[in-house]
Amino acid sequence: MAHQARPNPYFRNLNAKVAATPMILTTLIVFVGCSVWTVLYSFSASRALPVNEFVGFAQYDRLFNTSRWTKSVGNIAVYGIFSLVFSLVVGFILAAFMDQKIRFENTFRTIFLYPFALSFIVTGLVWQWILNPTLGLQKAVRDLGWESFTFDLIAHRDTVIYALLIAGIWQGTGFVMALMLAGLRGVDEDIWKASRIDGIPKWKTYIFVVIPMMRGVFVTTLVIIASGIVRLYDLVVAMTSGGPGIASEVPAKYVYDFMFARGNVGQALAASTVMLTTVLIILIPWIYLEYGSKKPK
Amino acid sequence: MKSIEIKDLSLSFGDFKVLEKLNLDIYDGEFLVLLGASGCGKSTLLNCVAGLLDISDGQIFIKGKNVTWKEPKDRDIGMVFQSYALYPQMSVRGNLSFGLKNARIPKPEIEKRVARAAEILQIESLLHRKPAELSGGQRQRVAIGRALVREVDVFLFDEPLSNLDAKLRAELRVEIKRLHQKLNNTMIYVTHDQIEALTLADRIAIMRGGKVQQLDTPQVIYNHPVNKYVAAFIGSPGMNFLTGRLVAGEKPGFNFNGLDVDLSRYAFNDTTPSGESEAWLGIRPEHIHVGPEAVKKAFSHTVEVEVVEPMGSDTLVWSKLADQEFRFRMDGQLSVKVGEELMIGFDPVSASLFDSKTEIRL
Amino acid sequence: MSIEPIGTRPRRTFDPTRMMIYLVLAVAAIYYLLPLYVMIVTSLKGMPEVRLGNIFSPPVEITFEPWAKAWDTACTGLYCEGLKVGFWNSMQILIPSVVISIAIASVNGYALSFWRFRGAEVFFTILIFGSFIPYQVMLYPLVIITRELGIFGSLTGVIFIHTIFGMPILTLLFRNYFASLPQELFKAARVDGAGFWGIFFKIMVPMSPPIFVVAIILQVTGIWNDFLFGVIFAGTKNFPMTVQLNNIVNSSQGVKEYNVNMAATILTGAVPLAIYFLSGKYFVRGIAAGAVKG
Repeated sequence: MAHQARPNPYFRNLNAKVAATPMILTTLIVFVGCSVWTVLYSFSASRALPVNEFVGFAQYDRLFNTSRWTKSVGNIAVYGIFSLVFSLVVGFILAAFMDQKIRFENTFRTIFLYPFALSFIVTGLVWQWILNPTLGLQKAVRDLGWESFTFDLIAHRDTVIYALLIAGIWQGTGFVMALMLAGLRGVDEDIWKASRIDGIPKWKTYIFVVIPMMRGVFVTTLVIIASGIVRLYDLVVAMTSGGPGIASEVPAKYVYDFMFARGNVGQALAASTVMLTTVLIILIPWIYLEYGSKKPK
Repeated sequence: MKSIEIKDLSLSFGDFKVLEKLNLDIYDGEFLVLLGASGCGKSTLLNCVAGLLDISDGQIFIKGKNVTWKEPKDRDIGMVFQSYALYPQMSVRGNLSFGLKNARIPKPEIEKRVARAAEILQIESLLHRKPAELSGGQRQRVAIGRALVREVDVFLFDEPLSNLDAKLRAELRVEIKRLHQKLNNTMIYVTHDQIEALTLADRIAIMRGGKVQQLDTPQVIYNHPVNKYVAAFIGSPGMNFLTGRLVAGEKPGFNFNGLDVDLSRYAFNDTTPSGESEAWLGIRPEHIHVGPEAVKKAFSHTVEVEVVEPMGSDTLVWSKLADQEFRFRMDGQLSVKVGEELMIGFDPVSASLFDSKTEIRL
Repeated sequence: MSIEPIGTRPRRTFDPTRMMIYLVLAVAAIYYLLPLYVMIVTSLKGMPEVRLGNIFSPPVEITFEPWAKAWDTACTGLYCEGLKVGFWNSMQILIPSVVISIAIASVNGYALSFWRFRGAEVFFTILIFGSFIPYQVMLYPLVIITRELGIFGSLTGVIFIHTIFGMPILTLLFRNYFASLPQELFKAARVDGAGFWGIFFKIMVPMSPPIFVVAIILQVTGIWNDFLFGVIFAGTKNFPMTVQLNNIVNSSQGVKEYNVNMAATILTGAVPLAIYFLSGKYFVRGIAAGAVKG
């Protein structure tokens, strides 16, 4: 009865390792490798092509002294805060209403969610048309006799970002509602029975019992919307092209324009590194919350 | 002859040792039950034997062949799972023949074996059905059939009856016993249910924390548990444990709360303790006598009835014996009332003594 | 004990709370439906009617001219071949991307759920968190990589990119689905002598049509709606429909033909919308999949 030594562990589960190769390569080369490359070359003097001449924070200096960039950052902050608050609040309220055993639930859900199936390009173009002051909603209301009615957010520098917001919320709130509804459906039925027996009003149960129970759903939704906001690009391209002037520029567009249209790779890389940092600031507390407290077994 | 031999088997996940230096020999045709609470490593051990888990250290032999690093299919084993694990998209026939097809066994042979297994398990009429169309009991028969068609000498059962209701469980239990008597092959059976263990096993291995606590026949384990854990685990309702002092010497005795149990007839393990020490006296509720008979026993005393649980054939009575929790079994036909005083007694021969620190049998 | 009189169940004829709920939902529904309505009515009007009339008024004279023009002859700035070019480009991008990304991710998810090996979870975790990194961060190096591979500005290039960026969510989707299948089924199949591929094709895939449907929906809508990767990696002659649509609508020359633009917009949205309306609950499952914890 011979003793058998442990076979080489590298060859055990070989098929599984082969099958996982695309994932491993993608992780290492794209998600880790490319990100590191970008961060590294954001410290270089690259212009039309990346060069190995490193200049410290010079690109960042320039970046934050460029009015187009600071405007982009301000825009995304305004857009981000409003769209987060609005889509979470409205999404939750719609979901709570949908959860009242209402009739036509499926119809309502289909209506609220269909914009999410559309491209940002499609969304942007439709709203560009509706918000167009000379032909769209404003004209329609004026035609009805209300001559002084103004609804020209899209045409003014200081309001154009709200025009983007209207379109963005139109597309995204249904998604938040769907997630919230799934979360609400996951709440134990007995909670509702208990609160009815205790005589607690429904709205109070929502605020003090159900929402705290749905913490996980809220946090996850928040992270998903937030990381989507940072990427905001297509909608702006389709709806305003960053205009009027630079009034609706956003960081992702800054990166694209400097990378491909203006041939200033160094600026683009610095800008994308700032985007990366922002996402990490959102992500790290989340990772910590979700996975940090759980000790490996 | 040894059918399965497990030598110094260890398994750890990171720093956590699931199994530690475990040795176990299982003989040809033996029905061995691995019994323990969840997390004791019994299923893990079975999975190691099956080759479904890579072990950290040690060797496993089946039929004299070293199979430590062999694939499950090359170990000549059949396995039955708790959730039945039937392939949902295949018919019963497909389920039974899947393994044989993978082993490239010729078609007529497959058909012969499937027919034979179906006959033994009385599932001939179900062969064309899908698992979803079967009842729990039928599903588990098919799962057993899947092991049967492999015509192997070793069957591994991983809590096969735990998903069934009590009545079906009892039925299939007998059937598994019958099957074992008929096939006379080696079976390793994992369960947390002591009734299954006691009724089925030739030998039981009680596991805790990745180690075998006691490996012996059901009778020995029931009557002579090696430690307090085993004593508490086996038997339902559980053993009474009285805490007190063991006075060793010429006339050994057990003192608790002013009462004294004469232990002169108690069979101490080879080392008879000397002097005085803290100990547990364990006595099973079914070994306690009530009424006139109690007085004849080496120890007797009166207790007051606190709670009565009639269970049909028996009645379980909860009381206090010198302020310590004390349960005993009475004939179900006798009536007892709460508050009633009863005379109880037992023979120390049927009791077990455990050291209070090591919890090992004395 | 007194006997209470037997009362009839109170009939709720008018419940103000519920009326309020329906009212709110109805108003929200109008907000959501309005753009779709505007798109459709505008696309069915002639240009004079668009210029003079109201965007909400239904067409006086229904014409399909704008649709035909959008599909066949609308100008993108350089060419006047309509959206059909983009449609076929999108199809050529879509089909291989969906097939390849799902094939890779399903095997991957299966390997992660059942054939765990050391380090696999680490890569997977990085992959999932990597999916939150803005694409912009990885764009330039990917341009270099695809250029080195000789696939920049080609269909292969954009398919490659879609496969990469589809991987995190799809792998998560499949891993979670396979992890929800009983482990014992996998063990039984191993005892029955099935290997890595045997278990995948004979046991797991036949059990998984719903998750494949979810994955297909997710990928079809995601890839069809993509703009950024198409405009960068596909090359001018392979621009997908979204890029062409934007070029048609936002091309500065000539008179803006809003009716044609709206027809083009509907045409571009038609594929994901059709998928959405046909798939119903699967779509919800697909988008919720991203929110499911791993």
